[in-house]
Amino acid sequence: MAEITLVEAVNQALTWEMSHNENVLVLGEDVGVDGGVFRATVGLLEKFGDERVLDSPLSETLISGASVGMATQGLIPIAEIQFMGFAYSTIDQILNHAARMRNRTRGRLSCPMVLRAPFGGGIRAPEHHSESTEALFAHIPGLRVVIPSSPIRAYGLLLAAIRDPDPVVFLEPKRIYRLAKQEVPNNGDALPLDVCFVLRPGNDISVVTWGAMTHEVMAAAERLADQDVSVEVIDVATIKPLDMKTILESVEKTGRCVIVHEAALSGGWGAEVAAQVAEHGLLDLLAPVRRVTGYDTVMPLYRLEDEYMPSTDRIVNVINEVLEFA
Amino acid sequence: MHIKNYTHRHSGKVAQFEVRFTRYLDNKGNVVNTPLPSWANKSDVLIPLYKNMIQTRKFDQAALNLQRTGRLGTYASPLGQEAIGAAVASSMWAEDVLVPSYREFGAQMWRGVTMTELLLYWGGDERGSDYQVPREDFPVSIPVASHCCHATGVAYAFKLRKQKRVAVCCLGDGATSKGDFYESLNAAAAWHVPAVFIISNNQWAISIPLNKQTSAQTLAQKAIAAGVVNEQVDGNDLIALRAVTERAIDEARFGEGPRLIEALTYRLGDHTTADDASRYRSQAEVEEQRSNDPILRLRSYLLNAGLLTEADESELNQECERNAAAAVEQYLATPPQTARSMFDYLYAHLPDSLRRQRDALAGQQCDG
Repeated sequence: MAEITLVEAVNQALTWEMSHNENVLVLGEDVGVDGGVFRATVGLLEKFGDERVLDSPLSETLISGASVGMATQGLIPIAEIQFMGFAYSTIDQILNHAARMRNRTRGRLSCPMVLRAPFGGGIRAPEHHSESTEALFAHIPGLRVVIPSSPIRAYGLLLAAIRDPDPVVFLEPKRIYRLAKQEVPNNGDALPLDVCFVLRPGNDISVVTWGAMTHEVMAAAERLADQDVSVEVIDVATIKPLDMKTILESVEKTGRCVIVHEAALSGGWGAEVAAQVAEHGLLDLLAPVRRVTGYDTVMPLYRLEDEYMPSTDRIVNVINEVLEFA
Repeated sequence: MHIKNYTHRHSGKVAQFEVRFTRYLDNKGNVVNTPLPSWANKSDVLIPLYKNMIQTRKFDQAALNLQRTGRLGTYASPLGQEAIGAAVASSMWAEDVLVPSYREFGAQMWRGVTMTELLLYWGGDERGSDYQVPREDFPVSIPVASHCCHATGVAYAFKLRKQKRVAVCCLGDGATSKGDFYESLNAAAAWHVPAVFIISNNQWAISIPLNKQTSAQTLAQKAIAAGVVNEQVDGNDLIALRAVTERAIDEARFGEGPRLIEALTYRLGDHTTADDASRYRSQAEVEEQRSNDPILRLRSYLLNAGLLTEADESELNQECERNAAAAVEQYLATPPQTARSMFDYLYAHLPDSLRRQRDALAGQQCDG
């Protein structure tokens, strides 16, 4: 079996599900003939035709809003927003309509749709192309927010997102679109939503993260292993709803917790994780919970983006500080 | 080749437009345009429409009464706009989908939404949007114009599945200032889907009159930029409205692409019960518009044409009043939902993380 990249895994999942469910369609800017600006939808037009692989006008509000209309009719639209920086006008549709349709009609209508968007920094992209604002979506009741961290997880979680009966925002860390390859069995098996994945078991400290940052965290864990520190790495994957059970069990074991995300510190989703650890796991803690994140600044243009995003060094330093506490 | 080649073009006019206006009845209900539509002398067509308008008004009076006596929440009256709902809904097929804004009770009732459901919704109960009859119709959209996108999406689903169905979206004049409106029209035309957009231009978006809303001569012409066939109609003339909406919906249904209709009307009431329109418009203006009441206009026509007698009318009024009173009674007798119901429809399956919150709420209730 050939190894594939994360973006190829996205394509593989889309192809699988479109082949097996005629209600599934893809829409967005440049998703058809062009195959998507990151080539996530390449080949779909040829396989499924232009009615199910729909090149849309340049119109993010419409892409998300039309998806709501399609979903209430039993289609499963997978809308691509080209970059997360252009997804903010979709929040009206996601918050006011998609995520509350089931509730406001008492189950009469629902919105089984997926809104995909690449996000995060690290690819030297232009302004507005590098932010990590997953917390804006994670705050919305009735929604799922899912972030894969590897080709295997991208394939399995995207299939799960498409099959989920409720709306899912699926954020793809574009920095790792082509960073690493894995063998991904193309068998249509989904991974579970709403649960964290333990990427590396450990006993001394729990590091909670998601998306591209799993790579820096795993590198930090590797480096600390040389100093006989055993780091447990948790990939949250579905950040909303949040599987605190896995995180709290880990913290109960290790007594120490660090949260790592690329997004800004204040009001980032790490704040929610930290608050829940404090509420439900305080007596297990041997040290304060710490966060390693982007700063509360505007995401800088690309010459400074490496300074903004948590590095392996910053993560290692904070882990050491937490380990040295008392 | 999909691009438009201009390299050999000379200077001069490259496009031109016009907007058609239709009216059959004047403000007194006299016929001013012939020939009338073929059904304009048929009481089995017109009396149900007239009844829907009366019922909408009786419902409105009952709802306002409930609100003023503290038994209904903030409510948006359709007073003066009753012809539009009757015309639009009666031009639709049952299997079409209505995507309404929040002042379209006549259309909703025609399609089978009950007055009790409407009262439940405005009375703060989500079950009011669980329509038992038009199961696929949208609930009302409070965020203005955002629902236009839904109509385009629903219509796309119809086209994809080769169904002869139409998505009909009702919106107000204020909605035409929003990008969502234009984006929806633009995509509906680009995708050539069976969507029909009906603007109830009631001249006021809360306190903003049309001349502050736009410099466009008509709202219908906003569709031209999107390539959507459009026209304007007297929105208080039931005959004209029905003729125009029926044709537009049929055209959309049979593959001619999206349509837009601007219906000129007037909001005789406040924007909602939370509004006081005397802050921004004169009583004289409102009084002048009362003579243009769509119910009075149709009534005069029906009486003149011998399609309605005063005895019929009195019976209709009484029946509609009884219906509204029965709905009020049913609404007031409906027990409230349990508090935990706020968790019951959030997701298809409640995530574990929310069970704790739901159980805490249940525990709190037990503790009193």
